[in-house]
Amino acid sequence: MQPSHLAGIVNLDHPGHYIHFHWLLISYGNAIVIALMMATFVAALFLPFPGARRKGHHHE
Amino acid sequence: MSNATINRQWTTRLRKRVEGVLPPEKLLPDTQPSYVASWIYVFGVATLAALGLVTLSGLVLALKGPTWWHVSNVGHFVNSVHLWSVEVFFFSMVIHLWGKFFMAAWRGNRSLTWITGGVTFMASIGTAFTGYVSQTNFDSQWIATQAKDGINSTGAGAYFNVLDLGQMLMWHITLLPLAAIALTGLHVILVRKRGVVPPFADEVSA
Repeated sequence: MQPSHLAGIVNLDHPGHYIHFHWLLISYGNAIVIALMMATFVAALFLPFPGARRKGHHHE
Repeated sequence: MSNATINRQWTTRLRKRVEGVLPPEKLLPDTQPSYVASWIYVFGVATLAALGLVTLSGLVLALKGPTWWHVSNVGHFVNSVHLWSVEVFFFSMVIHLWGKFFMAAWRGNRSLTWITGGVTFMASIGTAFTGYVSQTNFDSQWIATQAKDGINSTGAGAYFNVLDLGQMLMWHITLLPLAAIALTGLHVILVRKRGVVPPFADEVSA
């Protein structure tokens, strides 16, 4: 079995890292994904949509 | 054959009903209202694209059984495509869901559109979870032994045994994907039939 060349970029051969704050227990991986989703959601709300003002505004 | 006889045929009646409910110009429209030009809808379409890639990579993984991809470079690649397209699928779907929630997208007789979207999300979670326990490695063994305590606490463990690889694999590659894909199809058809929900301001002025 050939090791993947990409596998060396991030070393995953260790126990997971967790954020533990009182009752909250979440892995860094999950926390980062949730933060990215929230950032993308805010960006999706406020970034201008390309061509939205130029195209014909067909309004039903 | 007389016209009356033709009009009584189930094929004729079904065609007329489908044409009435969802005419071709509504199923594949030329234009959309201006408020559809929003990034939020891009994430809905990205979810569909990711679902296509999840399905295709899953079909390739199924070709040679449940374990071949552990010992093959091609298998590693296809398995990675399967994993990462699932990540994109859920990432996009959650953003689409948040957007539609804050738009109250169930307004204007669109409750079934919202519900089919929500149930698709739940079916997808079930598909992903059964995928975790179908990996045929130590990770899936660990997850299955943790999951069985949860399932057993509900009393469903006798019927839905997460330690049974055969059962979990069948749910993962047939029953749950079929449900998720069928519900997605229904969701898209309902979006076409009832249209995209207008902004609050447009609804008030209408």
